Parts: sequence; structure tokens; C-alpha cells
Amino acid sequence: MSDHPIVGGYLLPGLPHPLLASDQNEGWSRLRRAFDQVREDIRQSGADLILMYSTMWPSVIGHQIQADPEPTWTHVDELFHDLGSIPYKFRIDSDFAHAFNDACHARGLATRTVSYKGFPIDTGSVVCLKLANPDNFLPAVICSSNVYADRAETVVLGKAAVDALRESGKKAVAVVVGTLSNRLHQTWIDPKDDCIHSLKDQEWNQKILEFLEAGRLEDVAQLSRQIHAEARVHKVVNLKSFWWLSAVMGAHNLYKGKIYGYEAVYGTGSAVIGLQRAATAAQDLEFDEESPEQYRGDRNVLAPSLEARVEFDSGLPIGPGMGEED
Amino acid sequence: MAKGTIVAGVLAPHPPHLVYAENPPQNEPRAECGWETLRWGYERLRRSLAEIDYDSLVIFSPHWQTYVGTHFLGVPSFQSLSVDPIFPNLFRYHYDLKVDVALAETLEQHAREAGMVTKMMRNPDFRVDYGTIVSCHLTRPEWDKPIVSISSHRATQYFSADVMQGNMLKLGRATRAAIEASGKRVVLLASNSLSHRHFTSEADVPEDMSREHIYHHGQYLWDMKVIELMREGRSRELVELIPDFTEQAIAETDSGALTWMLSALDFPNYPAEVHGYGTVIGTGNAIVEWPHYRAGGAA
Repeated sequence: MSDHPIVGGYLLPGLPHPLLASDQNEGWSRLRRAFDQVREDIRQSGADLILMYSTMWPSVIGHQIQADPEPTWTHVDELFHDLGSIPYKFRIDSDFAHAFNDACHARGLATRTVSYKGFPIDTGSVVCLKLANPDNFLPAVICSSNVYADRAETVVLGKAAVDALRESGKKAVAVVVGTLSNRLHQTWIDPKDDCIHSLKDQEWNQKILEFLEAGRLEDVAQLSRQIHAEARVHKVVNLKSFWWLSAVMGAHNLYKGKIYGYEAVYGTGSAVIGLQRAATAAQDLEFDEESPEQYRGDRNVLAPSLEARVEFDSGLPIGPGMGEED
Repeated sequence: MAKGTIVAGVLAPHPPHLVYAENPPQNEPRAECGWETLRWGYERLRRSLAEIDYDSLVIFSPHWQTYVGTHFLGVPSFQSLSVDPIFPNLFRYHYDLKVDVALAETLEQHAREAGMVTKMMRNPDFRVDYGTIVSCHLTRPEWDKPIVSISSHRATQYFSADVMQGNMLKLGRATRAAIEASGKRVVLLASNSLSHRHFTSEADVPEDMSREHIYHHGQYLWDMKVIELMREGRSRELVELIPDFTEQAIAETDSGALTWMLSALDFPNYPAEVHGYGTVIGTGNAIVEWPHYRAGGAA
């Protein structure tokens, strides 16, 4: 029996259609039923809280962690505003949000909690909490995705979450809010005609689903850069969902996967996927990328001006410049 | 009905820090000072626009990000609280604004007839993006002019900066035609920064100006090049450079705002007036006016 504080992991899609328009497309309706199954599984999981990492909440000043105990608003999506409004009142584990923030600082990350009336919680987090935790059965904590963060920062963010869970003695289910392929149709479609945007996106989605159904989480995490290049619109530096999920659950392939649903939502590959710890791995491959314990800052690829280098220097060893002695 | 006119175009960036530092009653946080060169630039802009008679502000906002088509605000008024998702410690602003829905519908119609994918935003619960609110507040803090807000379709991310350019040149032409058809006198606002790489940490006192400078010298060189072209009236050359500028300075021109405005102004060849330049958390920001009506520009 594992004593790991993460008792289950999920990838949940955040577009509002399954919540607001499930009657308009059979696939959207099936996704909604998949959320219903996840909701029941989370209830039975023994978790004390839902720990969320939303790829639909971008941040710039490091990562932000929602700490308002009861955020309340009526949300409207900036793109699909015609689908309707989403009133919400959520239950946030504010104590854990602060503990998570402290654990991030201890590992060198720039993070902060946010607790402001009217703070705009992103569509993805709102949709997933409304569908997977509609009665606030469990409290949640939501973490942003920094637009500049790459793998090291994201992996350390996941490890800090585990630190905070161990320190608090709490168990959690980890939820990533995000899609597989994320390319939307570029014209208005009749909902009944929805499909994955391209065959290429579809093929990559099928590959990811095949791996995750076999429990190969770390293999997918190691493929993230390639998935980003092949099947993602380049809004941010990389696909970080699986880096974070493998960091919080454990960077290996010892899982059993369950595909609750996979459908097109306005062209995107929207999948509801669950991962549980398993005794044996389907495959265990060699991994290419390191597993850092401390975040030591960005590599200064852009070489900021001299005073900025002093202030923001990562501390990483830098090789000699051109013409300098080694 | 008299032919409508674009009376001025303004590069009007939207760092919430400037509203924060100004301490207007609508904003909850309080500041000691900060970013004065940019705030004084906005004051000069206000004095300049006070000399012009106009009916509406039309703003193109990088922070209303739509991944399917270009959207237009289409509800007569909005009253709510805007909390910046990136800097909630600085910007929690209670807004109360009017929308020129008739003009918005004319703009949408012309853009649609030009072959663009468009949508009117009719949901009364919609929260107006903070880019629109910051730029409009700094340009006209009285809020006595109705606005039209246009979203940023993310063609740069979906395709390339060149595709974005093509779309925005078309939207600019449609905007000009729509304003002429409306019979109104309009000020255009392109709500974008220039270079746009941020620092990822913030001083304990956000308005501590000893921490404020450009993120990277290369960005500064690009910003100065772009401003030089504006000051010399070389707007066609500037538009041609925007894809390179966007890529190399991580510029917020990726939104399409500046290309749209210069296209709507039909590429002015007179010198633009630079009211101010400064950095905000490492990004480059310029307040620049093309006083179109005074310069005899036809629109």
C-alpha cells in the first residue's frame, strides 16, 4: 500500500461546452457523463482535497495559488460567451494553499497566493469544479501555469505540492485542467458537426490515450516537447500538463489508466482521463530528462543587461565566452 | 449624414501599474508613486485629445483574447469589478462604462462583409477585459465617451505573425469604412505594449522604481527603432517590420492592435507625437498619438 499523498490523478478538459451545451452534441454529452463518473470516483478516493493545476490560468509573476476560502462570481467565457453564464461559489482549502506556497518558496520558486473578491478564476477551473465537484464535497486548491515556466520550474512546482501534502498529512487527488490537442476550429460550426481539428491532432491524441491507458504517465511526460511541437497551438513555451502530473504523482509508469471519455470540443482533443497507482508497469523506459529538486531560476538565454544579471542570475555555471580561456 | 472620421489614433498601452500609481477612486489598492514618465505621457495625451471633438473611443485590446474570430462588445453598458489576473495586488477596479453598440454593430458588419470571422458579444454578465479598462481610463478617466472594444483574434499563435498582419490590415480597412458610414468622429486606441518580456518576480513595494528597467537591451534597441519610424512618419515601413519586431522583441504587437490601427489610419506619413516611453516590469511601453484630423489625414 503506497503512502504517497496523491491518491489519484486526472486530466480534465476545461472548455465550457459539456457544462453549458451538452444537449447540442452527443460527444459533449458523453463528456459530461464522464465527468459524472470522475465525480463519483473522487468521492470514493479518500482524498481530503482536490489539487488543481490549470493550464487555462496563465500567470507571469511566478505561479499563483488561489487561497480565497469561498470565491464567488458569475463567470462568462471570453470566447464562448454566447453559451451562457456560470454562477459559482467554491470551497478552497486556504490553509493548504498557504502551505503549498511556503513549500514552493522552500524549493526556490517564485509563487504567491491570491485572495481577492472578484478574482477571475479561469474558465477551465470553473468548468471542472462545477462538473467534478458540484456540491463542494471536497475543498480545492487551484494553481496557475506560468507562461514562461519550462520543465524544471514545473517539475519542482509538483514536488513542492507533495512536500506540502506530506507536511499537512492530507491526501489529495491531482487534477490537470487542459486538453490534449488544443487547436480550435477557426470558423463557427454547427455543434453537431464538431470533430477533431485535423487528422494529425487526432493521431497524436490517440497515441497519448494509448500510453495513458497503459499507465505510462512518465513516458508521456517525457514526450511533452514533441507533443507540443506536433499537436499544440504555441500559446506558451511548452506542454506542461504531464510534467506537473508526473511530478506530483511520481515520475514513473507504475499506473493503471482509465479513459472515461475522449471527444472533440470545438476541434480540440478533450479527454477525461484517470490514473491510479499500480503494482506493475506496462512498460518502463529510459528517460531523457533530469528530475530537479530545487528551482535555480531561468537560464539567462536572453542575457539581461549587467545589473539584471546580478539581480536575477540563476547561479548556474556559465561556460567561457568567445575568445575567453576555459 | 456627414461622412464619419477617425480624428486620431493612439498607441495606448495598458499596464495596470499606471492606474495603480495614479490612485483613482475606482481602484482599491493604493500606491505611493511610480512610472511617472508614462503617467505624464498619458497626461499630455489627455490634454491633446481635449482639443478634439469626438463621439466615441474604439479600442483593440490584446487582453480580450479570442481564438475563434474577432469579437465586438455589444451590450449598452457594463458595471462591475475588474481584477487583474496577473497583478491582482495592483488592479481591482470598479468600472461603469457605456458602449456605442450602433457603432460596434457597424464595425462588425463591415468586418464580416470583408470576409472575416466575427461575433457580437451580447452576454450582460460578461466582464470587460482589464486591457480595455486600463487604456480607456488612462486616455479618458472621465468615462464620458462611449467605447467599442474589439477582441484580439490570436492568429499569431495559431498561424504566424504574417497571417495576423493580413487579417489586421483587412480589419483596419473595414474599420475605416465602418466609421465613415457611421457619420461619427472616433478616436482609435491600440492597447499594446512594445517589447513585452516581463520579469517574473516583483519587488516587495511594486512602485519601487529602483527595480524598474527594460528586461533586455535588445528589446530597448527594437523599441527605439519602432519609435523612430513612428516619429518620422514611416508607418508603412513600421507595419512591414512588425512580424520581425514581434518575434525578436516578444512584442505585444502579436495581438494585431498596432497593425489594425495603422491600417485604419491608412498608414499616416506625418510624424507621430510620442507623449512618453517607459518600462513596466521589464516591458517597453510608448504612448504615441497620430493626430489625424489636425494633420489633414483623410478617413
